[in-house]
Amino acid sequence: MKFGQPSTLPRWAQLSVLPVLNLLAALLVTGFVTWLIGEDPWECLQLLVSGAFGSGEGIGYTLFYTTGFIFTGLAVATAFHAGLFNIGGEGQAYLAGLGVTLVVLAFDHTLPPLVLVPLCILAAMGFGAAWAFIPGWLQAKRGSHIVVTTIMFNFIAYSLMLYLIGHHLIEAGSQNPTTREFGHNAWIPALHQLAAGVGIELPNTPLNLTFIMALLACVLFYLLVWHSRWGFQLRTVGVNESAARYAGINVSKTIMLAMCISGALSGFAAINELLGSTHRMNVSFTNGVGFVGIAVALMGRNHPVGIILSALLFGGLTQGGLELSFEKPVITREMIIFIQGLIILFCGALENLFEPFIAGLFKRKEDK
Amino acid sequence: MTDFAIELAGISKRFGAVQANRDVSMHIAKGSIHGIIGENGAGKSTLMSILYGYYQADSGSIRVNGREVRIRNSQEAIRLGIGMVHQHFMLVDTFTVLENIVLGAEGGLLLKQGMEQARAHLLQLNRDYSLEVDPDALVGELGVGLQQRVEILKALYRGADVLILDEPTAVLTPQEADHLFCILRALREQGKTVILITHKLREVMDITDAVSVMRAGTVVGNVRTADVDKEKLADLMVGRKVSLKVDKAERTPGAAVLEVRGLSLTDARGVKLLDGLDFQVRAGEIVGIAGVSGNGQSELLEVLAGMVEPTSGEIRYHGKDLLQEKSSQPRAALYRQKGIAHVPEDRSREGLVKSFPMFENAILGYHNDKTISRRGLFSRQALLARTRDFIRQFDIRPDNAQLRVGLLSGGNQQKVVLAREIHANPDLLLIGQPTRGVDIGAIEFIHRRLVELRDAGKAILLVSVELEEILALSDRILVMAGGQISGEVAAREADTVSLGLLMGGHKQ
Repeated sequence: MKFGQPSTLPRWAQLSVLPVLNLLAALLVTGFVTWLIGEDPWECLQLLVSGAFGSGEGIGYTLFYTTGFIFTGLAVATAFHAGLFNIGGEGQAYLAGLGVTLVVLAFDHTLPPLVLVPLCILAAMGFGAAWAFIPGWLQAKRGSHIVVTTIMFNFIAYSLMLYLIGHHLIEAGSQNPTTREFGHNAWIPALHQLAAGVGIELPNTPLNLTFIMALLACVLFYLLVWHSRWGFQLRTVGVNESAARYAGINVSKTIMLAMCISGALSGFAAINELLGSTHRMNVSFTNGVGFVGIAVALMGRNHPVGIILSALLFGGLTQGGLELSFEKPVITREMIIFIQGLIILFCGALENLFEPFIAGLFKRKEDK
Repeated sequence: MTDFAIELAGISKRFGAVQANRDVSMHIAKGSIHGIIGENGAGKSTLMSILYGYYQADSGSIRVNGREVRIRNSQEAIRLGIGMVHQHFMLVDTFTVLENIVLGAEGGLLLKQGMEQARAHLLQLNRDYSLEVDPDALVGELGVGLQQRVEILKALYRGADVLILDEPTAVLTPQEADHLFCILRALREQGKTVILITHKLREVMDITDAVSVMRAGTVVGNVRTADVDKEKLADLMVGRKVSLKVDKAERTPGAAVLEVRGLSLTDARGVKLLDGLDFQVRAGEIVGIAGVSGNGQSELLEVLAGMVEPTSGEIRYHGKDLLQEKSSQPRAALYRQKGIAHVPEDRSREGLVKSFPMFENAILGYHNDKTISRRGLFSRQALLARTRDFIRQFDIRPDNAQLRVGLLSGGNQQKVVLAREIHANPDLLLIGQPTRGVDIGAIEFIHRRLVELRDAGKAILLVSVELEEILALSDRILVMAGGQISGEVAAREADTVSLGLLMGGHKQ
């Protein structure tokens, strides 16, 4: 028997009460800061929520941002189940964007959409996977710590893309560091266009088919991790490497494969952004989607349902925050990032802040 | 009456639905060695945690030296002269012995002054109890036995008159255990009181003056050691008759299943861990490998299971050298496929994934088995059905296939591993420390299963540091010392004395 008190909190409370309390705590601190800079916190919160969920258009944008966060969240979670902390989702999404762009620029006037788009998806997955494979290989074969290497690879990716866009891929004669607009064959249809086809009218937003792919990916992720042989090996390696060796599991191969899948999932964030919305690549298109994925996975406890919910939260925060900063010039984009940071702090780093307190409440109730 | 160092009266403690202690009373005489014995989960550790202030009892009272006390935390326990040596040591590896001992009791703002005093005190304690610990050695470089003595010193340094030792011999070799017992006797002579928590009957008989037997949270007997024998204690512990002898008939072994030739393993520093081993294991026999732990037995098992590549030699299995086989999968998977099952020595680190439910642990290593997958996905039903079979056949408790394995007792965890490895119907079973940390009722069961396997014509290679176990189960005994086989004895002719000599490295 071990010493020390085991957690007495039931599982459902761990999964529901704690995240909600953490979220409220983050909002409370945000409210205080909002009050400090002279705004009405309650009004700001209302603006934020109605901006994200108050209109069809708002919801469309929210779900568009959610799509990217689901993919990068799943990416982080995949690596996490193998015991790896992949901080490199940002760089992997970036490189995936390069793969997509190269394919599009070469073929967007020759190949039909039904060929071109799948090809782009393969390119995104391949480039993302390749960029994640190198740190994975270094970890598995050389013992270089994956956290350090993936961070470095984010910087390398950023510099590489800056160079490539600035010197090679930039639209001729343009002053902006972006490529030319992609041909229509490479556009993934937005949901409002598809809905219009069957006579349903949806507001015009960049929400596109990638969202459906994200939901499918969640189902696949669940089956793969918890119901497949490979997922079993992945989780075994993640929690007990000695047991994995004992069981005849190829540990280094599992680690490398996990990183490749992680990178490939990050690649879909580039698909969502480039083929679903901007239809051209610019220098800052990833915009932190890989980093938010870390928070999404942490808060979603590496489970697809949790990841969808927390991706929705961060999606709403992004969209609602943008609306809020239109309405209230004092609340800048930085302020929104500040709120995100608080949520990550409370839900990630201080995950069990309220646990002893809640556990005490449960215990008292039980004793009665 | 103040003859008692500790008196516990009517102690009860409940964790949720589990009644860990129920109306426990015992008197521990001053200057005695008092054993507390019971199966895993009988409530021994909980009781001691209450005495040491980790938990508060729901009801009942504690008297120390005749005075009723409330012990709210371990500082109060220490102030009352109660010291504890944990099963898992609480030491800082990168500190010296001296630094570890003063840690938390530095005695003043400036370290130097306190250190000098501590050193003098420590040397005194060292002499009094013949502990033989170098105060300037780095703790991380000491062996397990010495680290344990550092823990004892730590408690004594803080003025402990009552010393609680929680399963102290679980991590020790027989020699180290003997040395520990010498130290405990020296402590008793100096008037200290020792409480020894254990589930090994031999230790209780060897060293204690009195013993409290616990079962299912209650005390089922407070007896003087001189008045009982092992069988009586075992019956009390388990609550029914148990036989410590293993019934097994003579049997003529068949053809060699495993034949090892010139097997050597050299580590990165050039140390020979295995040094030219030659032996065979035949169908229908149990070959026991005896030896002080750390003489190459663990490495031998790992090499034979395919987890470690040997430096040279041959591993012939059914006549073919396994090391010559080419395969894209790891060796451990290949060997298992060929019918070599392995119950590892360290089941919680290697044999199980504690955070996984029982039904996933039931397929660890056999997850590529075609019968449990359908279209690339595991059939949850097949897994659960297999696990329920294991639970039924091996009487695993609690009988919940969805339960996390880490929540099972040591004995039941071992049953999960054993059930899984036997289910594969192997030709050769490698088994290390089959009953380490396993309670008596389960030991009997596991031993019976091993003999059944042998009678079914399987070859079994048994590694154990428990000589009694080796003697009870084996048909032939090999003794390992310094990575070599120092001798072979037929089980009929073996006794602890001759084996002990071979274990010490005296060649035949």
